[in-house]
Amino acid sequence: MFYREAGVFKTSYAADMALYPLPATRWWLAGLAVLLVVLIPVLASDYTLSILNLILVAVVGAIGLNLLTGNTGQISIGQGAFMAVGAYTAANLIIRAHASFWIAIPAAGAMTALVGAIVGVPSLRIKGLYLTVATLAAQFIIEWIINHITWISGGIQATIQMPPPVVFGYTLHTQAGFYLFLLAFAVLAVIAAKNLERSRYGRAFIAVRDQDIAAEIIGIDIFRTKLIAFAISSFYAGVAGALYSYYLGIANYEQFQIDVSINYLAMVIIGGLGSVSGSILGAAFITLLPVVTRRVLEAAGGLFGAGLDVAGIIPELRLCLFGGLIIIFLVAEPEGLDRLWRNVRTWFRTWPFSY
Amino acid sequence: MPDDLTFSLVLVCNGLLVGLMYALIALGFVLVYKATEAFNFAQGEFVMFGAFIAAGAETALPLWAAIGLALGGMVAFCFGLERVVLRPLLGRPIIAVIMATIGVAALLRGVATLAFGAGTRAITLPIPDDPFFLGPIMLPPIDLLGAGVSLVFLAVFTWFFLRTRVGLAMRAVADNQQVAAAMGINVQRYFALAWAMTGVVSALGGVVWGALLGVDNQLALVGLKVFPVVILGGFDSILGAVVGGLIVGVVESLSAGYLDPLVGGGTKDFMPYVLMIAALMIRPYGIFGKRPVQRV
Repeated sequence: MFYREAGVFKTSYAADMALYPLPATRWWLAGLAVLLVVLIPVLASDYTLSILNLILVAVVGAIGLNLLTGNTGQISIGQGAFMAVGAYTAANLIIRAHASFWIAIPAAGAMTALVGAIVGVPSLRIKGLYLTVATLAAQFIIEWIINHITWISGGIQATIQMPPPVVFGYTLHTQAGFYLFLLAFAVLAVIAAKNLERSRYGRAFIAVRDQDIAAEIIGIDIFRTKLIAFAISSFYAGVAGALYSYYLGIANYEQFQIDVSINYLAMVIIGGLGSVSGSILGAAFITLLPVVTRRVLEAAGGLFGAGLDVAGIIPELRLCLFGGLIIIFLVAEPEGLDRLWRNVRTWFRTWPFSY
Repeated sequence: MPDDLTFSLVLVCNGLLVGLMYALIALGFVLVYKATEAFNFAQGEFVMFGAFIAAGAETALPLWAAIGLALGGMVAFCFGLERVVLRPLLGRPIIAVIMATIGVAALLRGVATLAFGAGTRAITLPIPDDPFFLGPIMLPPIDLLGAGVSLVFLAVFTWFFLRTRVGLAMRAVADNQQVAAAMGINVQRYFALAWAMTGVVSALGGVVWGALLGVDNQLALVGLKVFPVVILGGFDSILGAVVGGLIVGVVESLSAGYLDPLVGGGTKDFMPYVLMIAALMIRPYGIFGKRPVQRV
């Protein structure tokens, strides 16, 4: 936020390693926590909460994809399929083994991490574009397998009903309840990713992205690093998929098709590659895009009178905006919303002596 | 026995014809990749948009004018695209170009439906509807036309790249942009030219595929078949696009004929990707692709 980091002296290693070293940041975060945990569930309407819930699920998935695509530089068009693996793993565990979410969600993540690592195996031989196409193939193959093996997909229209999660004896069926449930996972995802980024593995990811040969020379096992990146990213995707089906109440492969993969790629591009806060901003942006489009159009439709068929053109207009915004961001601000936000912050921080 | 043999033969023949039509779409992809190393995820949408222009114009204009308009429209569109979107992305990581073409794909799909409506349109070509019969094998005229157009393009582009000065310059640009520029070749002009050529191929591909399947949003899905085709054939090989197209067409047709009854359908869209994964593991640069020297 808007403050200058002067007069900070670190006197211990613990202070040096703190995730948020400045007291001012910690106060801001405390304020944010009060807002998110106390004020929003009490004050927001169910409609607002339902949108926030979608954003929270997207945050988990986008952080995962960003670790792979932004930090490690491996483009994946298989995020949707990975989420489907998580969703069906959780659904099957719940239906067949009556597992609680304490087991189902980590298991969904673990199963997806395994599948993701298998998808990452071709990186032993191929990289760049070829690997991207391999993840695209994985998207179609996983989708087909889930859809055609009835043991996984539950038979009728590949849909499994999911009972709401029970947290400490309390069954979640309100939007506010789900909001807190999803918020907990999103916060966990953010903290884990922030810490991963500055760990040995996180640094190895970035080294592989920036200069893989140099990374190998300084002793990083590239193949292993890429596989770990695939596995961790897929773990996030699996958790996001499981959370999403919990929220919807059903696991259905139609929620995880290739357009979902493309949406997630758009989130990390528009948000900012290789940045956790970028993932959050991008997830919010792409999730809000159709909502805001609808609102604006409905308002505009009132101006034009009944002559304009507003509801009919919303999906197309959303596609146009989606495509157009991706292009504009790529051409004009390749580092995404995160960079825009930092620019604003820097402007305030250095004001009035910006040079 | 004869029935089985005939069945296989019919499947193979249909596969070959459809494969040549896939090759037509893959050709557009290969032309751009060869010259500019841009990975075009919007190829299917290009084809769809060309078909929409032709179908839209055909209601008011004679067929030749509609096709001409589609050609002109797609060439102009591709020129503009190269200028406005892809040129600023030169020298940026590959994800930038991939995402830009994905963005273009979404934009085209949205614009096409806004401009031409969501209903399915038809392109009527002056060819007979009744299939020809070659013994027991049924050959629909539209497939034959598509195959013919593909073969003509293959011949023309092969001649163009091997025998003309412009083609030579394009090969030089594809091989090494910096050296080509140092030899006095205007690299950006040839980038624009490569995109324009893709526009031509996409427009004609759109007319043929549109006449076969009908013109609507779903037409863009044929673009998804491009990836197995170009991986098998090689990203930068025109001959590879044709051979890859033929392989994918035949595999699809055979799996639809033999595997679908066993597993309950859908293998047509799935087998090409399995084949592609196998190709990626064994020979990632494709059958005819240029073998890159790189460390993985």
